[in-house]
Amino acid sequence: MGDLHAASTAALGLILAADPAVMGIVGLSLQVSLTAVLLAALVGLPLGALLAVTRFPGRQSVIVALNALMGLPPVVAGLLIYLLLSRSGPLGPLGLLFTPSAMVIAQAVLIAPILAALTRETLSGLWEEYAEQLRSFGAGPLRAVPTLLWDGRFALLTVLLAGFGRASAEVGAVMIVGGNIEGFTRVMTTAIALETSKGDLPLALALGLVLMGIVLAVNVLAQVLRSAASRWAG
Amino acid sequence: MVTLRRGLLAMVPAMAARAASAQERTITVASTTSTEQSGLFGHILPLFTRETGIVVRVVALGTGQALDVGRRGDADVVFVHDREAEERFVAEGFGGPRHHVMYNDFVLIGPAADPARIAGLRNITEAMRRIAEARARFVSRGDRSGTHAAELRLWQLAGVDPTQGRGQWNREVGQGMGPTLNAAAAQGAYVLADRGTWLSFRNRQDLRILAEGDERLFNQYGVMVVSAARHPHVKAAEARRFVEWLTSPTGQTAIAGYRVKGEQLFFPNADRPEPARPS
Repeated sequence: MGDLHAASTAALGLILAADPAVMGIVGLSLQVSLTAVLLAALVGLPLGALLAVTRFPGRQSVIVALNALMGLPPVVAGLLIYLLLSRSGPLGPLGLLFTPSAMVIAQAVLIAPILAALTRETLSGLWEEYAEQLRSFGAGPLRAVPTLLWDGRFALLTVLLAGFGRASAEVGAVMIVGGNIEGFTRVMTTAIALETSKGDLPLALALGLVLMGIVLAVNVLAQVLRSAASRWAG
Repeated sequence: MVTLRRGLLAMVPAMAARAASAQERTITVASTTSTEQSGLFGHILPLFTRETGIVVRVVALGTGQALDVGRRGDADVVFVHDREAEERFVAEGFGGPRHHVMYNDFVLIGPAADPARIAGLRNITEAMRRIAEARARFVSRGDRSGTHAAELRLWQLAGVDPTQGRGQWNREVGQGMGPTLNAAAAQGAYVLADRGTWLSFRNRQDLRILAEGDERLFNQYGVMVVSAARHPHVKAAEARRFVEWLTSPTGQTAIAGYRVKGEQLFFPNADRPEPARPS
């Protein structure tokens, strides 16, 4: 109980002091995770929409594989990307290991299957409603993808937030490919892991509270945008 | 809290520098959790950067893992503490030559109740033997780190085969020094730790130092530049500059000047012969 109290006091202190170093770590966390969500969305959303509207042999297997990939252990993803990006690996010449870019790649790989699977789930229902209508306009499944993505945009916001939540909470993969380098690749989760291993549990918990606060703030912002936009859309 | 502030504040200039110039001179150093988490790097690296303009990025791992990162060419310098493994690394042509830099020492830590009755012993092998005889719980790093190698060496000197007790009194956690200390604190177990990590460790519960001071507990650190012949992208000039600085009077003085709670953590010895290895 004493630890919890110390942690919440410390968390409040960190926020109120707007400690520039903590802010730097927070900034990098947001930058890495938001970039990863963007990259993963560019692949995951169209892929999920395509799976919702098309029918082809083996489609069910693709969906099962995608759902299974949602459970990809971050440490395994991190290790694979480490081996790919290592100077001794196939992508070594790019020199990306132990940089923020490597962390973006790791998070994007982890969340792209989540975005694709949830998008497919979300848009399947919509497609059932719209299929007749869109076909009557002569739109094939492929032409329907952009329309579906646009009409499902509010529901897809939740999908994106799920992806963001997973990305920003992730520690195993970014620790391996980023290296937790102070001032360069240290993010909230790796800082929390570091303070835990130094035995400063209240500070680790305080940083955790700050992280949860940020995730909450992003979600509130998204919710506000969503209701404003839907009012505007009428 | 204060240490974090100081540590975190130290990184602000580094971030500004990153934003300022994409082609700033940086090197990556694969090192150990003991040097990073004890705060030594936070103390000496800003001095090096001010003097040379070279920014040092530290990836803190166990010694075995740090050497592997060097072998793969993912770091320019390796700065670790397991002489045998380091000599193997050099012999295999992955880097070198190896320079010794400094030493600190290991301490044997245990619960206040001290079920194996080792408190105050100076003879470390006797202490280890008593722990094994009492089948008192011992938490091992079990992660191929320098500290793990030291544990195994000490067990061997004590004539104990720790694998006999694996999973019973001898618990391998396969983690860094801090998590291992956390595990020992939670279980009231014995544990071998480097003094630096112990001094800056916060979650001690009722753990304390029970045995220390034996020469066989000395812990020598060595530094090597990764071979540019094997990995042409290695920033050899900057890496050599770092090694030269560490072993120069300036670097050695900086190392000696680092104190936690008034205690000196690392003892520079680049200009002296390395202490003899216990055998």
